Amino acid sequence: MRAPMPDLLLTLALHLEEVLVLGAGLFALGLYLALSKRNAVGVLMGVELMLNAVNVTLLAFSRFVVSPRPLDGQVFAVFVITVAAAEAAVALALAVAVYKHRETVNIDELDMLRW
Amino acid sequence: MIADNGIVIAFYVLAITTGICALMVAMVRELIQAVVFLALTFVGIAGIYIVLSADFVAVAQVLIYAGAVAVLMTFAVMLTPAADRKNSETAFQLPAAILAGLLFAVVVFVIYDTNWRISGREAFPATAASLGEAFLKPFVVPFEIASVLLLTAMVGAIVLTKEEEDEGADA
Repeated sequence: MRAPMPDLLLTLALHLEEVLVLGAGLFALGLYLALSKRNAVGVLMGVELMLNAVNVTLLAFSRFVVSPRPLDGQVFAVFVITVAAAEAAVALALAVAVYKHRETVNIDELDMLRW
Repeated sequence: MIADNGIVIAFYVLAITTGICALMVAMVRELIQAVVFLALTFVGIAGIYIVLSADFVAVAQVLIYAGAVAVLMTFAVMLTPAADRKNSETAFQLPAAILAGLLFAVVVFVIYDTNWRISGREAFPATAASLGEAFLKPFVVPFEIASVLLLTAMVGAIVLTKEEEDEGADA
C-alpha cells in the first residue's frame, strides 16, 4: 500500500511577504546600530547590515514578482555589494585616519565642528 | 511562492539564525565579538540568497562580506589600539530604538497591505552565466563605472591611511 498521507504531511510554503519581513527586520536592526553605536566601526557595521537587508529584499523581488527580466534584481544586488565594499574600505580608512589625529574613534568625542 | 518543504524549513532556520546573530551584534559588549557575529550574520544572509536561488550573489556575499569586509573591520579595530574597544551606545540609544521599531512596524504593515504581483516562477537555473551576460550586454556601462569606483576607493583608502612622510628627508 503506497497511499499518500496528506493529512499527516505538512505542506509548508514560503511567500514573498516572509522574506520581505526578514529584510525589514535586518534593516531596522542596522538602522538602530548605525544610530546608537558609539564606536565608528559599530556604526559602519550597522550600515553594512542595512545594505545586506536591502539585498535580501532585492533578491526576494527578483525571485517572486512578475518581471520581463527577473535576473536584473540579482545584477542590482551585485552592484550593491560592489559599492558597499568600496564604501567599507573608505569608511574604515577614515576611521583609522581620524584615530591617528585624535586617539579615539568614538563618534560622540569627535565634535570639532561644534562651537 | 516556494512550496518545497526542505527549502521552507531551511529559510526559517537561516532566518532565525541570522536574526539572532544580528541581535547579538547589538547586544555583545566587546567590539571584536560584534565583528564576529556580524560575519556570522553575513554567512546566514548568504544562505538566504541560496534559498532565493541566487547562487552567484551568495558566493559573492561570502567572498566579499564574510571574507573581506569582516577582515577589514577586524583590521580597523586592531589598528586603533588606544581607542575604546567597548561596543557601547551613545545617548541616542533610546530614540534610535524607537525609530527603528517604528520603521519596522510601518514597513511590515505596508508589506502585508500591498497586493504584490506574484509570478509562479520556478527557481532560476544556475545564474552565473546569465548574470555575466547581463553585466557585459545591458549593464556594461554601470559595470565599467563600478570598476572605476573600486579603483578610486582603493586609492582613496591608501591615501587616507598613508603615514605622513617628512618631505625631502629621503630625497
